[in-house]
Amino acid sequence: MTTTLSNGGQYIAAIDQGTTSSRCIIFGADGRIVAVDQQEHSQIFPQPGWVEHDGAEIWTRVQSVVAGALEKADLTRSDIRAIGITNQRETTILWDRHTGEPVHNALVWQDTRTEALCKELGRNVGQDRFRRETGLPLASYFAGPKIRWLLDNVEGLRERAEAGDILFGTMDSWVIWNLTGGPDGGVHVTDVTNASRTLLMNLHTLEWDAKILESMDVPAALLPEIRSSAEVYGNAVGVLEGVPVASALGDQQAALFGQTCFDEGEAKSTYGTGTFLLLNTGEKAVNSYHGLLTTVGYRIGDQKPVYALEGSIAVTGSLVQWLRDQLGIISTAAEIETLASTVQDNGGAYIVPAFSGLFAPYWRSDARGVITGLTRYVTKGHLARAVLEATAWQTREVVDAMAKDSGVTLTALKVDGGMTSNNLLMQNIADVLDAPVERPFVAETTALGAAYAAGLAVGFWPDLDTLRANWHRAAEWTPRMDQATRDREYKNWLKAVERTMGWIEEDEPTA
Amino acid sequence: MPGPIQSLERAAAILRLLAGGERRLGLSEVSASLGLAKGTAHGILRTLQQEGFVEQDLESGKYQLGAELLRLGQSYLDVHELRARALVWADDLARAGGETVYLGVLHQHGVLIVHHVFRPDDSRQVLEVGSMQPLHSTALGKVLLAHDPVARGELDEFPPETFTSRTLTDLAAIDEECALTRERGWSAAVEETWPGVASIGALIQDRRRNPVGAVCISGAVERVCEAGVVRPDLVVAVREAARAISRDLGAARF
Repeated sequence: MTTTLSNGGQYIAAIDQGTTSSRCIIFGADGRIVAVDQQEHSQIFPQPGWVEHDGAEIWTRVQSVVAGALEKADLTRSDIRAIGITNQRETTILWDRHTGEPVHNALVWQDTRTEALCKELGRNVGQDRFRRETGLPLASYFAGPKIRWLLDNVEGLRERAEAGDILFGTMDSWVIWNLTGGPDGGVHVTDVTNASRTLLMNLHTLEWDAKILESMDVPAALLPEIRSSAEVYGNAVGVLEGVPVASALGDQQAALFGQTCFDEGEAKSTYGTGTFLLLNTGEKAVNSYHGLLTTVGYRIGDQKPVYALEGSIAVTGSLVQWLRDQLGIISTAAEIETLASTVQDNGGAYIVPAFSGLFAPYWRSDARGVITGLTRYVTKGHLARAVLEATAWQTREVVDAMAKDSGVTLTALKVDGGMTSNNLLMQNIADVLDAPVERPFVAETTALGAAYAAGLAVGFWPDLDTLRANWHRAAEWTPRMDQATRDREYKNWLKAVERTMGWIEEDEPTA
Repeated sequence: MPGPIQSLERAAAILRLLAGGERRLGLSEVSASLGLAKGTAHGILRTLQQEGFVEQDLESGKYQLGAELLRLGQSYLDVHELRARALVWADDLARAGGETVYLGVLHQHGVLIVHHVFRPDDSRQVLEVGSMQPLHSTALGKVLLAHDPVARGELDEFPPETFTSRTLTDLAAIDEECALTRERGWSAAVEETWPGVASIGALIQDRRRNPVGAVCISGAVERVCEAGVVRPDLVVAVREAARAISRDLGAARF
């Protein structure tokens, strides 16, 4: 294949800046993967509950995987039509705009140091103080309180920030700023999906909310310009010199886009250590009264934004890991299915993995995990089955909450992530949802979503229909459970959930 | 019948010795415990070490049981592990070939389907994981049969069934087909089980190059075959997928 024009490239590069590693994946026009390169970065734990990343290291890794992927694919920058970015969400970094040096390690989304600050910010209203504007509860994940913590705790930072010398970014902003030149003309932008995880953006105007900035004491001079998820932000320098940087999407939103959930009512669920379910709610930002988050799904150029409801399940794959590493009942994660297949049902046992409380739709921090329904009859096979069923029922609870909030009934669930190789689990999810579960061919839906958005922005793909035509079903699980069994099992599951609540007393530390 | 082989008896005694009591023993302790000359004990230990059954601590020079021995005890590959490792490659094969992909393992005189990737045309298809296919008349079955003498032996007791006019049921003909499969590294079955269906299969091996399963591409004979024989480009794709999966299972590059 010959390419003469620098903008005539036949491939799209996606940079996936994740929590444990950075990857660059190069896609062809049919959405198939041409090459992948990946590098892990250090996880820094200064004290219990604190998690940091070294921003400079991450930028080095990103540059390295971009070069690595090009080399593996035997391509040069002239073959790459556009670059898309997807990233771990909410992780917060502040840096000096003149030197490009971070002023502190990035505070990772999992970091809980802002818990007390969030309580304080809630004042007499509580954690829903900014929910109407932002769609989010005041929780330690989100970027706004992390910025405030850095301003309060890094000496002299507030003064420098107010003087306009400091820039804030989630990892998309950090990568794009560096990719487009850093101190020499780097563009300081973020996209609507990443901005919607800061607790600082108004969901309806898609602008930084002046009142919240004031309440949180964050100077506006720090903040990047909020742009759409698919447009050319600038051109790269370095290995990819001249290639347009043309998309940014938070990882879960990117997966929604990669799964081509472009219509209202379409949903995807990514099964990893935890699980993230996103439902496209169209042009409506749906308020949640059932413990879900309202977020921007994506925005293409100057089109209207598309909103989503998000439900996260903290413990899914990590429950299987717990069985492997803490109990030693299995030696690899895949063996859970072998063990679960030795029995016909759960033998009456239920496991609710409320390891650090119950999340959506309950949000009870006083809950702790239970294994219930035990009799002499129960074997490790039954427990293995209960482990898989826990993931299925938690999915069902989030899907039910989404139906209540949005009025949309799910017709099918598109799945991705490592746990989709578990056939029994996928069947179980179809059974308890009473809806088909579909797995697409490309497992890398996150990077694919970023590539799709970048390709759309530069005209590499003409429209959403073309992208949808790239989506192909690799497997489908259809419900086989009868209604009576489903009802009885759901009732038992809810009884088990009830037994987790109130375990932690008010005055006990919640560690 | 010849008597027991002395060096094997001694090797077994050394392994038993290392398995009991103290975990690490020096050469002199081993030779003294078993009443062997040091040179003899050393030769046996060296051989066991080469096979991975014994490991020598670099600093103290003492011997302990090797990882290979532990793996022998759990040598069979979990089929769900196989599926998890094969997922990406099976997807890629189905997309590149435009046809259905199956992974199968030997199970009760037949092939158990452990993974199924749909033909990428979004037509209505039903997941066939857990179903059985015959050994002698499918591409998956022929590959597994060709590499498993026990399964072949069982054919003597369970005579092969005739499904179509092209099904091979004569044992000599089946043996010939197996020999061909071993020699060229892939199998084909054209309308031998189901009229109108052709499939191409190749072997998946683990890190010790033991056969652990097979992968095949399967579809309408009009698309999978050209002029009555299976398409060479599909043969290449299936063999590449089998190699990639084997590599992911730890098999050496081949």
